[in-house]
Amino acid sequence: MRLELEDVRIAYGRAEVVFGVSLDVAHHSFTCLMGRNGVGKTTLLNGLMGVLPLKAGAIRLDGRDITRLSTPQRARAGIGYVPQGHQVFPYLTARENLAVVRDRAGRGDQSAVDDALDVFPALRKLLGRPAGLLSGGQAQQLAIARALVTRPQLLVLDEPTEGIQPSIILEIEDAISALHSSGMTILLVEQYVEFALRLAQRYAVMDGGLIVHSGDTASIDVAGFSDLLAV
Amino acid sequence: METTLSNLYIGVTLASILLLVGLGLTFTFGQMGVINMAHGEFIMAGAYVPYVLQTSVLSGARGGAVLVAFPLAFLVAGVMGLVLERVLLRRMYGRPLDTLLVTFGVSLMLQQAAKDLFSANNKDVVTPTYLRGQWDLFGVTLTHTRLFVLLVVVLTMVGVWVFMSRLAAGRRMRAVMQNRELAAVSGLPTSRVDATTFFLGSGLAGIAGVAVSLIGPIGTATGTAYILSAFLVVIVGGLGKLRGVVLAALLLGTLNAFVEHATSSTLGRAAVFAFVILFLQFRPNGIVSFRTRGLAV
Ligand SMILES: Nc1ncnc2c1ncn2[C@@H]1O[C@H](COP(=O)(O)OP(=O)(O)OP(=O)(O)O)[C@@H](O)[C@H]1O
Ligand SMILES: [Mg+2]
Repeated sequence: MRLELEDVRIAYGRAEVVFGVSLDVAHHSFTCLMGRNGVGKTTLLNGLMGVLPLKAGAIRLDGRDITRLSTPQRARAGIGYVPQGHQVFPYLTARENLAVVRDRAGRGDQSAVDDALDVFPALRKLLGRPAGLLSGGQAQQLAIARALVTRPQLLVLDEPTEGIQPSIILEIEDAISALHSSGMTILLVEQYVEFALRLAQRYAVMDGGLIVHSGDTASIDVAGFSDLLAV
Repeated sequence: METTLSNLYIGVTLASILLLVGLGLTFTFGQMGVINMAHGEFIMAGAYVPYVLQTSVLSGARGGAVLVAFPLAFLVAGVMGLVLERVLLRRMYGRPLDTLLVTFGVSLMLQQAAKDLFSANNKDVVTPTYLRGQWDLFGVTLTHTRLFVLLVVVLTMVGVWVFMSRLAAGRRMRAVMQNRELAAVSGLPTSRVDATTFFLGSGLAGIAGVAVSLIGPIGTATGTAYILSAFLVVIVGGLGKLRGVVLAALLLGTLNAFVEHATSSTLGRAAVFAFVILFLQFRPNGIVSFRTRGLAV
């Protein structure tokens, strides 16, 4: 699924935070978006999902303008979003966290849950536990699995490695890599540069609410703008 | 000893009614942050349902009217809540002061409408013959009406529990209550879930209204009489926490009955207020607190 952001501007009240970002995420591609704390990465993703209104600009999925759609409609159009901070429904069990998304519009298909659990088999042992009691790493795996239950064509992840122990980061890396190989388009926001560059083909670097560099990861000059990355 | 047990019995039935009302309030507050001042008038509307049935279509079957009244009052109050949410409140989410004022206005309008329809005089719902009578147990009088009220509340609670914990619609409601944004970005139809929540929460007030009509006269101020205590139940129970609300209803209901017995109705309420203020000094988050890891909920 191709995602195009065109001159997107987002403000909190009068304070503009994203100043006109254009980004083209090609079908089947893997793009990482990097940048230091507070440059507007999460804000941009929230604008993409309609959690925040756009001040200006347009968002297209496979050429179709989705700027006017509500947040749930955008999700149902094929975007799986894993927000920053390994968020879960804390009082629902892990199983219910997946089931509620499976049944988001009437009875859904259990095979979607089973497939998501195949990506993170360790979750199977935790299904009965309230999600609020999972560790950060477990919660992150649950959060990604929950996004997969929607069978998204485009997976958007916001700093999935933040605060997660190395062994689980490796599991998440394998999972994301396999999802990409299976044909999913992926947009990854990440400050862990090595992780991002191991996975992605394209990169974009944000600073002060703008994209200041972009290109192929194969030819990236990390040293050249290390001050813009949290290395 | 006998008066103690009698007070306990009266307290528990009062508590059970407060529970239904408080549960509805936690639904609408927990999910949408709406403090619905018109919730009391949904109790009132529910209370008039058996009266209207007994004085019109079911005047020949006044016992049956009471049974029909429960589901009907659920629907009537539920639809009133639904209309309120769709027409007014939906436009003002995230503006608590505005919703407070608007629902307060709606509450006054509904009371005036009830006065125009039913006059300002109190009305009596005729107790069905099958509920007349009482059992004496160790010197304590258990009137059948109050036992029946308890039974209805228990059945309703079981229904709510099954809905919330077993059905997909209830699970969606809990998810939206716990993290609305996450629910939305996961594709849950949050707006439709809001409508369901308001329908259910308001409907419970309707059921409570029928229960109220069985234990005393009803009037246009019936809602006002209960809503304040119900708000206290919700605050003490901890907003959006079902277990806390159950405990708080029991606590405040019995406390009210005891203090009222020892003093007067007004003093009783003042004592409950004092208790609530003291209580919140020590447990500002309510009776039940559930710790989650690294999550502010
Ligand atoms: N709700 C808000 N109201 C006002 N300003 C906000 C709000 N949320 C974020 N900001 C500001 O917007 C800017 C961008 O924040 P954003 O969360 O998008 O950054 P980020 O790139 O995702 O950072 P991080 O890597 O730390 O997650 C920051 O300066 C932040 O202080
Ligand atoms: Mg961020």
